[in-house]
Amino acid sequence: MKVTYFPGCTLRTKAKELDRYAHAACNALGVELVEPDTWQCCGGVFSYAKDEIASKLPSVRALIDARDKNEPLVTVCSACHNVIKQTNHQIKTDADFAFRMNNYLAQEKDAPAPYNGETKVLHLLELIRDEIGFDKVAEKVQKPLTGKKIAAYYGCLLLRPSKTMQMDDPENPKIIEDLIRVLGGEPVIYPARNECCGGYIALEDAESAKKRSNSISDSAAAHGADMIITACPLCRYNLIKNGSKLPVVYFTELLAEALGVKEDNDGE
Amino acid sequence: MENKNERRREEILRISGVNPRKCMKCGKCSATCPSYDEMEYHPHEFVYMVESGELAPLLESKSIYKCLTCFACVERCPRGVEPAKLIEAVRLTVIREKGANHLKADDIPAKLDEEIPQQLLMSAFRKYSK
Repeated sequence: MKVTYFPGCTLRTKAKELDRYAHAACNALGVELVEPDTWQCCGGVFSYAKDEIASKLPSVRALIDARDKNEPLVTVCSACHNVIKQTNHQIKTDADFAFRMNNYLAQEKDAPAPYNGETKVLHLLELIRDEIGFDKVAEKVQKPLTGKKIAAYYGCLLLRPSKTMQMDDPENPKIIEDLIRVLGGEPVIYPARNECCGGYIALEDAESAKKRSNSISDSAAAHGADMIITACPLCRYNLIKNGSKLPVVYFTELLAEALGVKEDNDGE
Repeated sequence: MENKNERRREEILRISGVNPRKCMKCGKCSATCPSYDEMEYHPHEFVYMVESGELAPLLESKSIYKCLTCFACVERCPRGVEPAKLIEAVRLTVIREKGANHLKADDIPAKLDEEIPQQLLMSAFRKYSK
């Protein structure tokens, strides 16, 4: 299976392991992640303002690239996924936004055909659950994560707003826990798993980010987890920076480990 | 002054797409807000203050920089008012004014550490500057 892959700015800089292990794991699962020739940063966070148009062009350009290849657009970073999926939803549901966005696109060199939200946007977790299938992943597990108590940390961006993201139940999700079970580990359910780490407030009010992040890592630790997994570089940064007692790793790293392809892909 | 306030209120309603009159004042948005303790005005107060046109206190308050865009109030509002959209619009009408950027590029070097992800800088600039 070949899919269009949007890595995003942080996966090429501070979160290289999120990207590297995603490629390794997908390779083992028979999925090829193909980047568009050019892609630009999604902007990190979706703006609800109806008159924010140009700042969403990078997402739309990636959506068009996938549309023209008749492939789904796959992301791994929670933030990219949230921004691109919400932008796609806005194009489908807000005619004025779609009209103005297409006016921008018509001005571009080699202008693409008008875009109206045709592309299917998938997080890698959704690709695994819905397109590859957990049963297929189970067959490929080489080194089960036996005995590991793993806290899935969803944060805010993976699930919300649920009517747009349509990934899982926003208050009682199970997609990552199901994956943990498939990989042989033991998921730990804890109350703060879908609460916010503080996100970009870290730059504005470090104390507030500390309170938020500690409430999450403490909650996971109090419920007996050995480790926390996430799909978001900013969640990982905030939790570690603010002194998480548990290690915080990307879900792709555990996936690659269980599929037996981690060591080959350690290091640069 | 009256006219300017009313124009601003209309702009906030237009770019947010929010109808504050749908609010039934249950307070769930503020109860679920992770930044509640950090805010002088809370999500439910944004809703009724925009509705009643009491904009000046909101425009001057640091509360507009405390929203995390975590979508908790958007998800959990039982009436579909979605207060985060209003807070975003109020903040934008402030930082879109000339010279009103809340985060400046010159502020960044002092805040950097080795591990800061690009995602953090991008998001902060999107939220705090124009």
